[in-house]
Amino acid sequence: MPTFVYMASCDGCGHCVDICPSDIMHIDTTYRRAVNIEPNMCWECYSCVKACPQNAIDVRGYADFAPLGHSVRVLREEAKGTISWRLKFRDGREKNFVSPIRTTPWGSIKSASDYDVPSRDALMSQELAHEPQALNIERLPALKRSQLVQGLL
Amino acid sequence: MLSSNPFAELSGSIAPIVIQTYVVIMILLVVGGTLFDVVHKKSATYFFNNWRAAKKRGTKPVSAGATASLAIQTAVVEGLTSGEFCNPRRRIAHLLTMYGFVAYVITTVIMVFWYPTTATPTPAIVPLLWYIGAVLVCLGGYWFWFFIRVDVVAEGHSRFRLIRADLFILSLLASTTLGLIWAYVQSTGSGWSSVFLGLYLLATTILFGSIPWSKFAHMFYKPAAAFQKRIAQADGSRSNLPAPADQPEIFGTAREQPRHY
Repeated sequence: MPTFVYMASCDGCGHCVDICPSDIMHIDTTYRRAVNIEPNMCWECYSCVKACPQNAIDVRGYADFAPLGHSVRVLREEAKGTISWRLKFRDGREKNFVSPIRTTPWGSIKSASDYDVPSRDALMSQELAHEPQALNIERLPALKRSQLVQGLL
Repeated sequence: MLSSNPFAELSGSIAPIVIQTYVVIMILLVVGGTLFDVVHKKSATYFFNNWRAAKKRGTKPVSAGATASLAIQTAVVEGLTSGEFCNPRRRIAHLLTMYGFVAYVITTVIMVFWYPTTATPTPAIVPLLWYIGAVLVCLGGYWFWFFIRVDVVAEGHSRFRLIRADLFILSLLASTTLGLIWAYVQSTGSGWSSVFLGLYLLATTILFGSIPWSKFAHMFYKPAAAFQKRIAQADGSRSNLPAPADQPEIFGTAREQPRHY
């Protein structure tokens, strides 16, 4: 079920427009508030729901975990690094979840361009970037060339 | 120029009763347009239905005293200081425009009804506030129009693309800008003043006459929505949102302004 906007809460800041991976959250031309212009193309990723600073965007949850008549709402708290979910079922039952969204400060994760260019040997290695030190281990087990059956390479 | 009442100067060519009648018609257009808007868009129906639904979901009663306190908080935070804006630039622009408009409208009414002719000298502060109000509207309005408008900033549309949502801000800017130009031209004694007066009246009529099609009435709806939001927080219904996580705020915020189009 696609996203929809509570117009009375939206202040038209544009965060949902910015984050929508499907580029279907736009600014309404009559009221200058957010609107989902193509509901059938929404894949319910919840990005706009989580990004909205006014909690003005809602989406009906998938029928397999929340049948009709329910409510699924999200509260993303950046300063706490948490995301909270509240499910209210039509029979009155309620489920609440809180999950961490990060454990390190914002901006502390280096981007790929912040690292040195890998050497040719590193590129030929079976290890991925920053392995094994990023895994906090000395080394990863790897097959030696002599252990590989000739002809399968 | 800043201390002279432009409407009193105008009374030499147009009878004060005509100007006063025009202002009354504008007030009636605001009242009628807003009521029509409320009925046509069913805003009041939505508001009260939402209110009842939230009340039913509430887990704790909100006393009359608490409700009054929330109303005061809404008036101070969301009303007087536009606290609902998450973007500080939008908030400042909105405050400039809002206070400018309030000063502009109130001083217009005072000058037109209390000091309609040069025979009743206008206190210098009143026209000065009229000019300051109009300048503040222009400052906040043009800043918003050229640099903050979300469909330009977040969507990358041209600054000169016009949509229906621009009707309110553009007619407001046209009214105040043309009002300032008319007052200046009239003070110089130029014959062009009647042309700018005509344009000023046209822009003002569009501003107050287009309420059913513009977002003028948001100044009445938004405080009501903000009040309802505070009530929903207080009665525990929280618009079905989860309660804040029981965790310390240790990471700060990394939210960027949306302009990645």
